[in-house]
Amino acid sequence: MNAHALELKAVSKSFGNTAIIRGVDLAIAQGERHALIGPNGAGKSTLFNLISGRYPVSGGKILLNGDSITGLKPFEINRKGLSRSFQITNIFQRMSVFENLRCAVLWSLGYKYSFWHQLKELKDANRSAEEVMEAIGLKGRRDTPAGVLSYAEQRALEIGITIAGGAGVILLDEPTAGMSRTETADAVELIRKVSQGKTLIMVEHDMGVIFDLADRISVLVYGELIASDKPENIRGNQAVQEAYLGTEAH
Amino acid sequence: MAGVPSKLRYRPFNLGRWLTWGLTALVMVVLPQIFTQGYAITLMSQMGIMIVFALSYNMLLGQGGMLSFGHAVYSGLGAYVAVHILNLAGAGKIWMPLSLLPLVGGLGGAFFGVLFGYVTTKRAGTTFAMITLGIAVLVDTWATMSRAFFGGEQGVSTDRVIGKPFLGITYGPGVQVYYLIAVWCLVSMALMYAWSHTPLGRIANAVRDNPERAEFIGYDTQRVRWFTLIISAFFAGISGGLSTINFEIVTPDVVSLSASGGVLLATFIGGIGFFFGPILGAVVFSFFAVALSNYTNAWQFYLGLFFVLMVMYAPGGIASIIVMQLQLIARKRFWRIAPHYLAAGASGLVLLAALILTVEMTYQLSENSANGTVMNLFGVNFDCAKALPWAVAVGLWIVGGILFNLARQRVARVWGEIQTELLQARA
Repeated sequence: MNAHALELKAVSKSFGNTAIIRGVDLAIAQGERHALIGPNGAGKSTLFNLISGRYPVSGGKILLNGDSITGLKPFEINRKGLSRSFQITNIFQRMSVFENLRCAVLWSLGYKYSFWHQLKELKDANRSAEEVMEAIGLKGRRDTPAGVLSYAEQRALEIGITIAGGAGVILLDEPTAGMSRTETADAVELIRKVSQGKTLIMVEHDMGVIFDLADRISVLVYGELIASDKPENIRGNQAVQEAYLGTEAH
Repeated sequence: MAGVPSKLRYRPFNLGRWLTWGLTALVMVVLPQIFTQGYAITLMSQMGIMIVFALSYNMLLGQGGMLSFGHAVYSGLGAYVAVHILNLAGAGKIWMPLSLLPLVGGLGGAFFGVLFGYVTTKRAGTTFAMITLGIAVLVDTWATMSRAFFGGEQGVSTDRVIGKPFLGITYGPGVQVYYLIAVWCLVSMALMYAWSHTPLGRIANAVRDNPERAEFIGYDTQRVRWFTLIISAFFAGISGGLSTINFEIVTPDVVSLSASGGVLLATFIGGIGFFFGPILGAVVFSFFAVALSNYTNAWQFYLGLFFVLMVMYAPGGIASIIVMQLQLIARKRFWRIAPHYLAAGASGLVLLAALILTVEMTYQLSENSANGTVMNLFGVNFDCAKALPWAVAVGLWIVGGILFNLARQRVARVWGEIQTELLQARA
């Protein structure tokens, strides 16, 4: 596996005449924890939507483990080993915590569209769902409908669904947004634990979280990557400071 | 004890479930022994057929979140495939035991599910509903054009008594047909229940609740909808095959929009949120369509009104009403509200009497005017052109309305009190 886990080549996206992403080049190594930062409206979530197939790209190429995933549908990209979470919690509200997680493991275990297996007989799927439930700390809420969980619990379930299928490349969109300090600390531990041995790319605003978790940081400003480097170098980067502190007139 | 579930969850032998299914089977076996009149057998046979049809429809609506306006396309075309195969078998051209004919209907339904479903399930929601309506109109029109397959207005007739009797079973008598329907109904019910616990069944729920997320856990939501529809069309086709055997005739009515509307009504009245909901709905619907239609030509009016009231006041259907009462019973609160239910029910009956009187008198004066204005209702002869019966109707409306409103407020108040208590008890 010498190829990059994820590689973006001159990726661009326009909505009408408005260019949101302007030629982004980015290469992320296997097993790297990468943070994507930038001011509001910089296009971070859009970039995630392009990578995960939610939107088609307007130009450029995206490679997953060396294979092109440009133009594929979300489920095709997911089957190739990329999974993502959402900034706004996107879970199966009416299903229990356990059912949410079991749904998330079914495809990767090969059950696909089976209508000849009974779910309760699927020992591997049930075990995987239980394990993820344990990992995200929701074992006590096994049969609770996801819609009535607390916000932090829903965010944990969001991550659980994302990792349950065993994807090698994980995209987390603001996993700690809206959380209290202690909840954030728990979430960081959870992310560290579940991204073990995987490639992680996360959009995050909390600098504490970023410097705690990330091996490398990319800075996106107005749809362009202005820096991609190790945390300590990003901290001292002149262009980044300008973008964040607004010393540059615009 | 890491990895071991805290409590036993996977019961290979679920006593409650076996009891439920066993009792259902027992009821089906015993019913025709109690109600032996031909008329009752006819009603129960049609209930059995409708149960299969409504459950198949709920795979789409309840489980998959697909509101179809054309589900009768699959049951109806299944019925046509079955009738042609039965006629071929009757003519000795092919071998086909009657007992297996519903399977032929099912395969016919599934075939058209593959064909039409590929188009309809491309989209979900309103677009899906529109396309199903389009397909329904299309097939309805096709039925009037293609006489060879649909048999024109008078349809295709058949004779279900074919081949040699097996263990004395000829399928001539209605009760033998009833038992054939009962067996297929029970098997279909069990299979559809099992389907709701398969990966596809569960993912159909996921696609219903949040199609976008389903795509990001590896599922092609179009495929999920399509496969669900094919299986649903298969069971609809089985109900079509059963109706072929039951009526020994298939007319273009079976693919009509009103047939598609009927199954939607039945399923919704029963309740789409629970597996057993459509079973109740099918029983009620058949009662309206078969029993009530013997007494009044306005049965569709009553059915429509009932449907509107259910949609407005009990969108969860009869099933949800029952489940709510079961919860009250389990928490020992039912007896407190029961007297108020009784009051509401009694005053509701007064309103119902007012409604029936008004509707039937109107009907007598308009549609049935050729037969004069003297009519019989509840064993009473009266002249609906006179003022007195109308005064009685108005009186019933007023008295019933006032009493029902009082009782309804009581029910709402006590219900609110009980819910508050239960919430406090939980906190």
